[in-house]
Amino acid sequence: MLIEKLKARFGGEILDAQNARDEETFTIDRERAYDFFRALRDEPDFDFNFLTDVTAVDWPERKPRFEVVYQLNSLTRGHRIRVKIGVDGADPWVHSVVGLWGAADWLERECFDMFGIVFKGHPDLRRILMYDSFEGHPLRKDYHYNKRQPIVPEIDPVVNPIRSSR
Amino acid sequence: MALPARWKDKIVPSDPSDEIMELQMGPSHPTTHGTIKLNLKLDGERIVDCDVEVGFLHRGFEKMCEQGTWTQCFPYTDRLNYASPCINNVGFALAVERLLGIDTTERCKYVRLIMSEVSRITDHMTCLGAGAMEMGAQTVLFYMMEAREFLYDLIEAVTGARVTVTWCRVGGVTHDLPADFTDRIKSSFARLDQVLADCDKLLSRNRIFIDRMAGIGKLSKQEAISYGLSGPLLRAAGVSYDVRKAHPYLVYDRMEFEVPTGDRGDNYDRFNVRFQEMYQSKRIIEQALATLPEGPVMITDPGVVLPEKQKVYNSIEGLMNHFKLIMEGIHVPAGEVYQAVEAANGELGFYIVSDGSGRPYRVRVRPPCFLGMGALNKMLIGHMIPDIITTFDMINMVGGECDR
Repeated sequence: MLIEKLKARFGGEILDAQNARDEETFTIDRERAYDFFRALRDEPDFDFNFLTDVTAVDWPERKPRFEVVYQLNSLTRGHRIRVKIGVDGADPWVHSVVGLWGAADWLERECFDMFGIVFKGHPDLRRILMYDSFEGHPLRKDYHYNKRQPIVPEIDPVVNPIRSSR
Repeated sequence: MALPARWKDKIVPSDPSDEIMELQMGPSHPTTHGTIKLNLKLDGERIVDCDVEVGFLHRGFEKMCEQGTWTQCFPYTDRLNYASPCINNVGFALAVERLLGIDTTERCKYVRLIMSEVSRITDHMTCLGAGAMEMGAQTVLFYMMEAREFLYDLIEAVTGARVTVTWCRVGGVTHDLPADFTDRIKSSFARLDQVLADCDKLLSRNRIFIDRMAGIGKLSKQEAISYGLSGPLLRAAGVSYDVRKAHPYLVYDRMEFEVPTGDRGDNYDRFNVRFQEMYQSKRIIEQALATLPEGPVMITDPGVVLPEKQKVYNSIEGLMNHFKLIMEGIHVPAGEVYQAVEAANGELGFYIVSDGSGRPYRVRVRPPCFLGMGALNKMLIGHMIPDIITTFDMINMVGGECDR
């Protein structure tokens, strides 16, 4: 139902629309994303007033490499949709939606921290879960899960047993 | 006041009223149970600005989930919100089941629902008890911890563990309710009623408590929605949004319960909403137990569920089935799904992506208290330092869930 409505309302913005497992997913054009989101929030037919989640999925062998995934919810109309934006790995950016939903502030910061996706127009885009001197973006598939970056040097008590001074 | 001559060059008198003081509160502070750091800018004792730092308990939940099989994610989900681990288990199991396109048994749905509601009560007990304690109401903490402990006994009787339950599986749950569960619930609820009545008397109309809570940390309806708050925080602001009503899962659509809401959106409303929700959870459990159907609590699909030990040890088919499921994992078809459940703190969402192999390609958790912490700045500006404690408590930030 939403698919028809959205397709009728928008044209070139929607690159792909799918309905799987009762969930509607739209892939949209990166350049026109902000206007698309504003229309979703403000037009009474859609009324998506609640930004549930912003995250990304890394597909290193695909082109474009990243999918930035938004989950939207309408508290008044009771429907949900998922919106995706394909983002190139060489220059990963999308427009920030902080101006539309306050929740985007922290969610976008986390997505930047974990995937290195730059949200253009975000007022304060810095790391949130990792520390500032952390190198790399841990949820990218090319970041090995066992890689360690301790702030304080780690001492292996087996190799270097702690001996008393006496 | 004249200064002694020897101090004259050392002290530069200034007007303290127009100086902004910076104060770093945390990461280890006695009143912030959970490790966070607040970089405060203060005008006297009034908060001018507040930068909230989280992430001290980041363990890489989402990354670690990608390393094992789908079933191996369950122990990690216990450690999200560790005050109500059953709800996290249920949320993840429901998400994977939807991606697989399977449905659990009728009894399993009821059992999951009952345990979710017991967990909701224990979570609210932890939040309200600790919150009251940090305002000086130590008695309430002791009463509530005692009540939580006999509810944990119930959870232990079912799952075998108090906190790290790892009790759900894809396709069902590991243990059914014990035979005497209804009696146990009855006796526990009789004691629970007493505790709730006592705590209600101690707090709800207590002048000191109301002075500390009412009008503090206010958020309007629009702000609460914009900041993505859910659960008691959103409902306290007057928005009657509950995932159990709006997008029912398990058998919540068959249960009768109310969604308590507030109207002012302050800390006192948040307290009240949580308190009322415990009565509603009790009501749901009683209804579910009255209509609990008989039957198994696990489906028997060999592609999803481990075979019985009897078959594993005595037949080659059973052994192979077991080996394949353990080594390769459940083959979840490629695709993605977003499944939300109403956790004690709000909408807990699992967005999972499968590439068709036996391992999760991406597991994303939408942590409700992370969004609450994102709005803490907005709630605190203009208030005093002691108000940080009450506001922070009513967000009920749980490190495991917020930082993952």
